[in-house]
Amino acid sequence: MKTTRTGARRLAIGGRCVVVMAGMSALAGCVQIDTPDKPIEINLNINIRQEVVYRLDGDAKKLIEQNSEIF
Amino acid sequence: MGNDKMRMTKWKPTGLALAAIATTAAVAFAVPSAMAQRDPAYAAARAAGQVGEQPDGYLGFATTPTPAIRALVQDLNIKRKAAYTASAQSTGSTVEQFAFTSGCNLIAQTKPGEKYQTPGGAWKTRDASPPERDARCP
Repeated sequence: MKTTRTGARRLAIGGRCVVVMAGMSALAGCVQIDTPDKPIEINLNINIRQEVVYRLDGDAKKLIEQNSEIF
Repeated sequence: MGNDKMRMTKWKPTGLALAAIATTAAVAFAVPSAMAQRDPAYAAARAAGQVGEQPDGYLGFATTPTPAIRALVQDLNIKRKAAYTASAQSTGSTVEQFAFTSGCNLIAQTKPGEKYQTPGGAWKTRDASPPERDARCP
């Protein structure tokens, strides 16, 4: 009798845990991100990085100055 | 009389030398300024807003060009590409990277009244305010 009551309590706790787990997984399901329906765009300008532009800036200025007839 | 003749013969070479120096100096000064100047037709098309600077470092047409202007711009763009290619090689970059960096500078250097293309592709007339440039421009 005693053992069965304990067993029932254990089952009840276990059951609550399952409910909590299920609730958490349901919440986790809310923040799931779906695959985008739009095709992934690849920016062709990706090979022009800002750091590269900054590095070349001085040389570009020099070129423009020395060839002012074409700029 | 004899004395005068002597003086003349002495002065003549000096005068010639001075004239030669003056001519050389004039040529030396005239040549670089002539080379550095824009073609008058290009300068006029630029000032009229028919031709403008694109973000990619090349010239473009803000309005439908005449065949003469189209040819002029194509010629300049070919020359620009050659210059970008040489600089890209010496700096270890791609032609597109060097041309783009030059485009940033060329748009920044436009004078009020001249045309430039925004990153969105629209043609704008440069005014006193800073031009609309790509976020990567220094």
